[in-house]
Amino acid sequence: MKKDYSILIGGAAGEGSRVAGLLGAKLLNKLGYRIFIYDDYQSLIRGGHNFSKIRASEKKILSQRRGIDFLLALNKDTIERHKDNLGKKGIIIYNSDKMKDRGIGIPIEKITKEEGGIPIMKNVALLGGFAKVIGMDWKIAEEVFKKELTKKTDLNLKIAKRAYRETKNLIKIEKLDQEPLSLLTGNEAISLGAVKAGLNLYLAYPMTPASSILHYLAAHQEEFNIAVSHPENEIAVINMALGAAYAGARTMVGTSGGGFALMTEALSMAAQSETPILIVESQRTAPSSGVPTYTGQGDLFFVMGAGHGDFLRFVIAPGDAEEAFYLTGEALNLAWKYQTPAILLVDKEVSENTFSVDKDIEKKVRPENFLARNKKGNYKRYKDTKEGISPLAFPGQKNIISKATSYEHDEFGISTEEEKDIEKMQNKRLRKFKKMAQEVEKLEAVKTYGKKNSQKAIVVWGSTKGPALEAAEKLGIKMIQPIFFQPFPEKQMRKALKGVKKLISIEGNSLGQMEQVLRCYGIKPDNRILKYTGRPFLPEEIEERVKKII
Amino acid sequence: MEKLDTYCKNTWCPGCGNFGILEAVKQAVASLVKGGVSKENFVLTAGIGCHAKTIDYLNLNSFYSLHGRPVATASGIKIGNPELQVIAFSGDGDSYDEGICHLIHAAKRNSDITVIIHDNRNFALTTGQFTATSPKGFPGRSTPKGNPEEPFNPLELMLAAGASFIARGYTGKIEHLKNLIIEGVKHRGFSFIEVLQPCVSFFDNYQFYNKTVYELKTHNFSSRKEALNKIKEWDYLNGDSKIPIGIFYKIRKPTYEEEVLKGLNPSKIKKEFPLKETLERFV
Repeated sequence: MKKDYSILIGGAAGEGSRVAGLLGAKLLNKLGYRIFIYDDYQSLIRGGHNFSKIRASEKKILSQRRGIDFLLALNKDTIERHKDNLGKKGIIIYNSDKMKDRGIGIPIEKITKEEGGIPIMKNVALLGGFAKVIGMDWKIAEEVFKKELTKKTDLNLKIAKRAYRETKNLIKIEKLDQEPLSLLTGNEAISLGAVKAGLNLYLAYPMTPASSILHYLAAHQEEFNIAVSHPENEIAVINMALGAAYAGARTMVGTSGGGFALMTEALSMAAQSETPILIVESQRTAPSSGVPTYTGQGDLFFVMGAGHGDFLRFVIAPGDAEEAFYLTGEALNLAWKYQTPAILLVDKEVSENTFSVDKDIEKKVRPENFLARNKKGNYKRYKDTKEGISPLAFPGQKNIISKATSYEHDEFGISTEEEKDIEKMQNKRLRKFKKMAQEVEKLEAVKTYGKKNSQKAIVVWGSTKGPALEAAEKLGIKMIQPIFFQPFPEKQMRKALKGVKKLISIEGNSLGQMEQVLRCYGIKPDNRILKYTGRPFLPEEIEERVKKII
Repeated sequence: MEKLDTYCKNTWCPGCGNFGILEAVKQAVASLVKGGVSKENFVLTAGIGCHAKTIDYLNLNSFYSLHGRPVATASGIKIGNPELQVIAFSGDGDSYDEGICHLIHAAKRNSDITVIIHDNRNFALTTGQFTATSPKGFPGRSTPKGNPEEPFNPLELMLAAGASFIARGYTGKIEHLKNLIIEGVKHRGFSFIEVLQPCVSFFDNYQFYNKTVYELKTHNFSSRKEALNKIKEWDYLNGDSKIPIGIFYKIRKPTYEEEVLKGLNPSKIKKEFPLKETLERFV
């Protein structure tokens, strides 16, 4: 049987179930398992119900599954909510100071108190007990606790060890013969991908689910030799970012749909002034405030069409942490190469779930050069070139006058209202858009998976990739994932669709936005599967719904 | 003198107050260049409005930004490359209405930029509507029965927000304005220069200003109390009270760039960052 375990850790907000989730995942990572963590929390600081669902599997997985093998409950509510998904052989491990149930009770509050810990450390007791239940060698568990609990390490170890000692062993989760990998959330991957590609400055205003990029980069700015700024609102964020990019700093901003809505006027300025900028848009359940801490794929139309006026931008949609890492780097490079806005479209699932990431991932990203000024002659910021890309120079450089502008302009950057100038400049930008479209076709802009010669295929984008991939593999059909949405890789898409007789589009919105994009190119999916409950698809759910159709 | 004109044809109304500001800026920049500031290090930003045409007329680095946003653009340029001398031109409609949040917060964080507000006390490029500094009763095209709102005093607002340099000039006194701009640029921190600018087409108050404007004598620049007293002498109403111009307030405190960058210049780092060790920590 395949070694594949699901562990749910839940409690009220403030009890620390997310940290406990990561700690639990690290234990299994140490045993060589590939990890995925789904974090579910509400828009509140105390109370409610939060949980982390860890999946540990022999091979790499990008999704949770429905069933639970271990239910770790900090409170009674957790058991009530999740017991229906507990498998027949499922094990409940619970806080016996708070409740009585079947399974294994551990007096985690009592242990923590008696060992002199503070209440939040009960999580460590719970995980210490869990390590024993699954038959993990204490020496290995201890290494993990030591590495992860860098504050009050000795006290934490005492608590973990006592819970380990006082809990009985039930089964044996075997150690696998493979190295542990790095566990990254999508937002950490985005941050690191940008740093690797030469990020100099990150600006953001807090908004779930993008905030953890701001938190991570702010906490590590000295290590990465970057600057981080949190100004008064998203309008300031994007306008400051464009100022900084004009001054020569490779800049990224991050937000969710509502914040991006505030940025759209300046998005248009980025296109018109040809200022490079990378915008991360992490979708949550919308419209409007929607459901702030849950997911959705409802902003595809929005990012593709945002901003007034006729212009293209790069729209790139990674579906997991590895893709988020290298596509962030690629997006930053593309923004600078084409002096244009690039939008990395993710969602709460990509941003906040945790994934096992390959060690050599960093080789996939390096900072690329942009077209710099040729030192001969007077500098013209908007020089009319064959490919529509004007050499970049920055204020402060000797003998340079760089005039950037949101107005229509001549080559030097002076405002114009002359018919000829207007057409000439738009033609210059159109030539650039054409180059952008050609570039996309050269990149891996559409991916295929599963049974590649199957006549039945599903097409998915973004985070739906993870659960859909498992379903496609199980059903023995093909899966197609467009990565770029603008410019759209039409040629690659047609190639991916070769031989496909039945196509089902699957996405996390209610209007079928990707499907409608496909229809613009004459690609007509036969069926659609949509979900818009704020929760991600489960592989079982996709499998069941696809089965009904094919 | 340093030649700072471009080939762009000037389209301001004859007699526009903007001519005085343009002239004062040219003289101030020339003087600063003569004093050793590199011309390439000047960067100008502007919003949208009559004021913004200033940067089309100046042969200096510039970013012609959006309505209400030149202060944010300027603040971003400064954090992108703190070696640059950044001057933001903005109007009353631009930064007292549309983008007031950026003005307040750039002052609050003491971003090391100079903001020059061309305050003609109406939206002129859109042919005459009231702004935040139009007097009550101003007969704008959106308020034919008169502006129903009282104006605010932008200097008082800037003092409350934390601006470390607050001054007012008048387009009718170019030499005086030039010196304010030089002082503003030299000041390390957020410099706010409000300029009274008559609008010959929609709000021509040359005679009023010529009658009421007077130059401040020196005082204790670091005293908030003294500054506030002088700021309060005129509350943007069209009465008989005298209008002081000059420097009201000036203190030295850490700039945003000093606090946030700690010596870093984001535009000058071009090194590939290896991640091996970082990724190892995530195992």
